[in-house]
Amino acid sequence: MSSTAEAHGHGGGQHAHGHDHAQGDHGHHDQGWFMKYFWSTDHKIICFQYLFTGMFMAVIGGFAVYVFRMQLAFPGMPVPGWGRVTASDYNALITTHGSVMIFWVAMPVLIAALGNYLIPLMIGCDDMVFPRLNRLSYQIFLVSVVILILSFLVQGGAFGGAWTAYPPLSAKSAFNLTPMGSTLWITAVALEFVAFLLGGINFVTTLMNSRAPGMKMFDVPMVVWMIIIASILFMASVGPLVAGAVMLIFDQQIGTAFFDPAKGGDPILWQHLFWFFGHPEVYVVLLPAMGITAEVITVHGRKKLFAYRTVLYTAIATGIISFFVWAHHQFIAGIDPRMANIFTVTTLIISIPVAEMVFVYIATLYGASIRLTTPMLWALGFIGEFLMGGVTGIFLGASGADIYFHDTYFVLAHFHYTFFPIAFIATFAAITHWFPKMFGRMMNEAWGKVHFWVTTISFNMIFIPLFLLGARGDHRRIYDPTHFPELMRAGMQDLRVLATVSLLILISVQVVFVANFIYSIFWGPKADKNPWRANSLEWHAPSPPPHGNFPEGLPNVYRGPYEYAHPDRGEDDHWPQHEPPPEGAKA
Amino acid sequence: MSADAHAHPSYVKIWGILLALLVVSVLGPLLEIRVITLITAFGIAVVKAYIVVRYFMHINLEKKYVAYMVGSMIVLMVLMVGAVTPDVMHHDGANWYNQAAADEVKRGMAAGEKDEHH
Amino acid sequence: MSFPRPVATMREATGMPTGRLAVWWVIASEIVIFGGILGSYIMHRLGHPEWAHQSIHTNTWIGAFNTFVLLTSSLCAVLAHQEAEKKNGPGAARYLMFTTLGGLTFLIVKSIEWTNEIKHGYTITSNTFWSFYYTAAGLHGLHVLAGMVIMLIVAADARKGKELQRVENIGIYWHFVDVVWIFLFPLLYIAK
Repeated sequence: MSSTAEAHGHGGGQHAHGHDHAQGDHGHHDQGWFMKYFWSTDHKIICFQYLFTGMFMAVIGGFAVYVFRMQLAFPGMPVPGWGRVTASDYNALITTHGSVMIFWVAMPVLIAALGNYLIPLMIGCDDMVFPRLNRLSYQIFLVSVVILILSFLVQGGAFGGAWTAYPPLSAKSAFNLTPMGSTLWITAVALEFVAFLLGGINFVTTLMNSRAPGMKMFDVPMVVWMIIIASILFMASVGPLVAGAVMLIFDQQIGTAFFDPAKGGDPILWQHLFWFFGHPEVYVVLLPAMGITAEVITVHGRKKLFAYRTVLYTAIATGIISFFVWAHHQFIAGIDPRMANIFTVTTLIISIPVAEMVFVYIATLYGASIRLTTPMLWALGFIGEFLMGGVTGIFLGASGADIYFHDTYFVLAHFHYTFFPIAFIATFAAITHWFPKMFGRMMNEAWGKVHFWVTTISFNMIFIPLFLLGARGDHRRIYDPTHFPELMRAGMQDLRVLATVSLLILISVQVVFVANFIYSIFWGPKADKNPWRANSLEWHAPSPPPHGNFPEGLPNVYRGPYEYAHPDRGEDDHWPQHEPPPEGAKA
Repeated sequence: MSADAHAHPSYVKIWGILLALLVVSVLGPLLEIRVITLITAFGIAVVKAYIVVRYFMHINLEKKYVAYMVGSMIVLMVLMVGAVTPDVMHHDGANWYNQAAADEVKRGMAAGEKDEHH
Repeated sequence: MSFPRPVATMREATGMPTGRLAVWWVIASEIVIFGGILGSYIMHRLGHPEWAHQSIHTNTWIGAFNTFVLLTSSLCAVLAHQEAEKKNGPGAARYLMFTTLGGLTFLIVKSIEWTNEIKHGYTITSNTFWSFYYTAAGLHGLHVLAGMVIMLIVAADARKGKELQRVENIGIYWHFVDVVWIFLFPLLYIAK
């Protein structure tokens, strides 16, 4: 079965390739390490570049949250590994945490890494349509990472105006005290957008033009659809913010007054430009997570996805509606109340397609023969935890309730209940599910389950206390709550300590994952090419796939990706997409 | 789509039309009648853009979804501007008043008029 | 150095060549970038009648001349496409060079115009109108510059009869840059 698999399994796992390319000679035989892992145009290598960069950035984002949570739980005490946290440290840390986790962890891992890996493999072609553009996209992304890290080191330190970067705080160095840091930060963000625009165009074009023969619209695996819809959302929403970023840089460095009310500018404009991107961005990362869940629950539940088309249509509907909800972030910013009414309604409406998607997944699980493997646990965890994030969002979408909850820990806990499941739980589902394909080896299930349970429980133990704190009026962005007697009422500090201790558990248990991940890359048991007995095309390629992906020739597609437990198949409960129908069957 | 290669209208002729429209759009506002300015400047810009997109970019010869894709981006921008306008364009609303912006307008108007008297 | 193309690039499941499809997506994403800045400008402009006193100092005639230059270069770009369809690589390259020349003229005129305005004290910081004026036109100018660079590369290949499909692709992009200017011209120059 895996005679051509060449499963060497270290690093990119791309060793002795070159003899059995789908399309013959590439002349890549004697490329050096640099050319192979850094300058490569292979979509799988670019996936690993994004994946490992994202993991590295997650360490930075995680360290930032460790420091400022310690400050909140034990105000004024020196934090091990950092020292005493000053107010401007605190601002820089929360900004770094927010922007890193969204722009440099969730986006590169969920969209760029998984999109790069899965799209060509799942639609049955040998690479992205523009491999060099793909490489350029990662390189621009890498430059943005370097610029961001540089911004920590310049005079004044890292930008401390929150990831939303509202002017005038972000525009005037007299206010933010980071003359260089703020400009480097916004430059890094803008470059990152350019990188993902290039990547997004590549993804969309690849799906549109390079599907395997026979793969029709409804034969495309859901995760690919979701990544594509997310890329389109990104492309359509990021433009105004790119323009806004240019304007903000000019405000910071040249002294223009686009967002300076004293000279005729308008700071509310920035908020609109930012959230016009910022809210679709939530769905940009949510949809791939939903897609991963669809793949995992069908494979590990051995059941056809319930209502494929409904999922697709609701995803598209979610995407469209997501453009018209942004102002719910600005209910107390002084926007026109008539607009606030409209945006309340649209915000409540968007919960319908999202809820529908969740219902479809529950219907898929109903009657499935569920195997509680690690990826399946993560996927189920995602559905449950995300549900909580979604439901608490209803309170915030209603402008009346939002006026009370705005900028409290309730908001913070709400969006962490959406973002953490998206950026971590679903990502872990994806990594554990596709690990055998990526590296040709299996991860350890027992440690994987330990990692799952401890992560999930400690995650809830962080944010349930924060919900309670928020409901009692605890405000975000307060560096030292002891200065405010109303924030130090009985029990409030205990909740903060509980959240921080849970965070320490959450962070430390990630060591289990990293150890499992690295150990399995090198020494895990060898995986055959389809360890989960899944249908979609990537499992038809060897594990790990060589350059060119399908050494036996690019596959044709004969059916949808979710034909599990099909009555015509008898004993075999899966029916791979590439397998031709039996002789004599109807065409 | 090269099947239409022979059916192209003369590009030079279209260019001529575009130049004629350009002349109109420059001369129209010289009349200093607001309605005519709006029509000649912006109406003609739309016409010119349409001609370029239709005859130079050949959007009509592409698959339909190209037009939908580009069109929906434009619609999206119009909707965005529509939703932002009440906050950015106006200087007062139901319960608020943008003092700074109103002052800026007043200051600018006064300075501008003084300039013109010079 | 020739780059081996993956099979993926050759496929055309939509019936449209991959390169041209991607150019249309580029344009779609550019529409929102320019939409963002022009939308911001329009909103501010309508809310700030005093800007009329600033915009009066822009030079309509120079703007009109630049419009003429860009329209003409667009004509050259579409003629290059026509040559490319006839598989006439050198002809296409020649027209592309004319287009690039148009872009160059545009930028030279623009820099003379800006120098003049800056000399008269209308800098990017003197008023938000001028901030928008320089930012929007500057963003557009960068697109012109990028288009010229790409066009030179495409022309170099086309001269050898290679990659002729790219002539149309860069043309589409160039026409888009032209269309943006068609809107910038009345917004920044005519509306006094």
